[in-house]
Amino acid sequence: MSQAAAAVETGIHAEHHEDLNFLHKYILPLDHKIIAMQYIFTGMIMAIIGGYFAYAFRMQLAFPGELVPGYGLVGPGEYNMLVTNHGTIMIFWVAMPVLIAGFGNYLIPLMIGCDDMVFPRINRLSYQIFLVSALVLILSFFVKGGGFGGAWTAYPPLSSVAEYNLTDWGSSLWVLAVALEFISFLLGGINFVTTAMNARAPGMKMMDIPIAVWFIVIAVILFMASVGPLIAGAVMLFMDQRIGTTFFLPSGGGDPLLWEHLFWFFGHPEVYVVLLPTLGIVADIITVFSRKKLFGYKTVLYTAFATGGLSFVVWAHHQFIAGIDPRMANIFVVTTVLISIPLAEMMFSYIATLYGGSIELKTPMLWALSFLAAFLIGGVTGIYLGASALDVYFHDSYFVLAHFHYTFFPITIIGMFAALTFWFPKMFGRMMNETLGKIHFWGTFIPFNCIFLPLFFLGLAGQHRRIYNYQHFPDLATQELQNIRIFATVSLVVMLLFQLVFVYNFFVSMFKGEKAPDNPWRANTLEWSTSSPPPHGNFKKLPTVYRGAYEYSTPGREEDFWPQNVAPE
Amino acid sequence: MSMHGPIATHRSATGVPTGRLGTWWLLASEIFIFGGLIACFILFKLNGTPGFEDASLTSVTAGAVNTFVLLTSSLSIVLAHAAIEKGDQNKSFTYIWYTIGAGLVFLGIKTYEYTGKILHGHTITENLFWSFYYTMTGLHALHVIGGMVIMALISFDIRKGYNYQRVELIGIYWHFVDLIWIFLFPLLYIANF
Repeated sequence: MSQAAAAVETGIHAEHHEDLNFLHKYILPLDHKIIAMQYIFTGMIMAIIGGYFAYAFRMQLAFPGELVPGYGLVGPGEYNMLVTNHGTIMIFWVAMPVLIAGFGNYLIPLMIGCDDMVFPRINRLSYQIFLVSALVLILSFFVKGGGFGGAWTAYPPLSSVAEYNLTDWGSSLWVLAVALEFISFLLGGINFVTTAMNARAPGMKMMDIPIAVWFIVIAVILFMASVGPLIAGAVMLFMDQRIGTTFFLPSGGGDPLLWEHLFWFFGHPEVYVVLLPTLGIVADIITVFSRKKLFGYKTVLYTAFATGGLSFVVWAHHQFIAGIDPRMANIFVVTTVLISIPLAEMMFSYIATLYGGSIELKTPMLWALSFLAAFLIGGVTGIYLGASALDVYFHDSYFVLAHFHYTFFPITIIGMFAALTFWFPKMFGRMMNETLGKIHFWGTFIPFNCIFLPLFFLGLAGQHRRIYNYQHFPDLATQELQNIRIFATVSLVVMLLFQLVFVYNFFVSMFKGEKAPDNPWRANTLEWSTSSPPPHGNFKKLPTVYRGAYEYSTPGREEDFWPQNVAPE
Repeated sequence: MSMHGPIATHRSATGVPTGRLGTWWLLASEIFIFGGLIACFILFKLNGTPGFEDASLTSVTAGAVNTFVLLTSSLSIVLAHAAIEKGDQNKSFTYIWYTIGAGLVFLGIKTYEYTGKILHGHTITENLFWSFYYTMTGLHALHVIGGMVIMALISFDIRKGYNYQRVELIGIYWHFVDLIWIFLFPLLYIANF
């Protein structure tokens, strides 16, 4: 950058970062860090609601017909509402806001070395729309008839005809909430991509960008390209519900399969939309804690491109038994199995990064490693489901359910804890307690496996999803199977109780934790070169970048890390 | 809050000004929304869904006049951009208001068409063709209205002497709205495949 441009930057700097009152700092902020916190905290509150729903319906499955402590009786309709909204909340109101909007907002400007997002007011608007969408969803639980219970996939005609779903306004508010949420993330996404493309620090070339930023940006582009048709679909579904059009109703010439195509054309890339940010965060964490350069930076990046591209041509593997042409199923089997190649390659790159490194098992590293292990199980079981012949049996069974919880739980919950424990010192300027962090880690990871591993076996035994009481099915009502259900439910309760350790550690560390230095993990990326927490405007002097993000243990250097902003001698 | 905003907004690693880059990404995401609708429409049509022969009931004349009006308005917004590039605020202001005027004419003709169709019983629930007709042209009309409101705001801004670059941005958007119409017009008015 020229001297003149730098002078202009200093001039703007002075004007932008004046002192702000409480309202403008925390309620109507323009600062990307505060907006990130708003997203993360809103997401965590929604996670509590989603977890509470899981608790209620798991208790019903383990102890059918009994009063659930802290909830009451779970009726069949209510059971449907709970599972539907558990899925909806966890994906759209936890995974998306925390991983993409939250950490995307926090990390992109800091990691690329600028003072804010390029469109701060659009950023704020995006959060406000998101908040409204969350409130609309919560409102839908309390209208006449209760919340929507037609599964998070909302297949019509069940979702579009009030006589079938019995939740007239509940279903419409659900569609409205989801559509608003999409609009919010589209606005946020435009901001993310533009910021990463245009606002990088001087000297930061494409291949110097940290993987976390790259992957969030790729995820956002996937989201933009896949959600458009579903926004159109949501409008059509809403009109089917409220003004009597028949886009998805065969009685009026429409086609319910069309919704399935629109939904899964979005729904499958969506898996990668939430997966990529976590993979990026994990890449950054494992390089820091194994003190090694990321193995094959470009390979990792190109595999992400390949995954993103392929994710658009796999969607119909969700519809093998929906009545699609079997010849089409063949094609989707091939593409589905193909997509495991770039992901496996990426996984091997991560393992190769660990190989021979000086591994430090700090809490964030434990989360990152457990992500790789758990996601591996999710990925491998996915290959079974991608084969249409097997899917005919497995479809809509607990095998599917266990499979996608082995992908979504590591992505959302483990990814969130990895990122929170890693960047906590930067966000709040204090360290989290390591011992409590490790107790929380084991108290989450072991029960997580105890919940979902048994569900694979229930699925193999033929247990179908979305049934509120298996005692009505003689083959599934055996004591043996019931014991597995009780074991999974008890494990869930144990896991939920261990979250109290995190809440305690989080809030006590935020106010009373040990003061964090600027760079507690001795990491290279730019966010660690500023103070903890960073001031409004992020950097006292905006950094210049001299090298890539992963120069750890460079031969011939005394220190085992080499920050991106340190000028070469 | 100062008018300048963060430094990030003023950087341009790609060489493309940030506002223009953001506009392109916005339009990219819009393409997928309209693209989804248009793809659904074409698939239903290719499947021979009953009701799609009603495309012959839409008025090609009204559609053609509207196409002409909208395309002309794209010219006037280009002239507004050319004027502001030379720093001529008043001329640019006038051309922006020509464009808004053309938008009003477009919406007027659309309203006339809607009224006629509804009075003949072709409501949104009559069959799938009309459902698509009202949804697609309705969503397009909302984009026209949105563009007109933003144009009006920009026209007063440039008169006060700031945010000149926004004339170009709303121009890009307006061309996009035009382009969508170029797809909708043959699909809903003249195609008979």
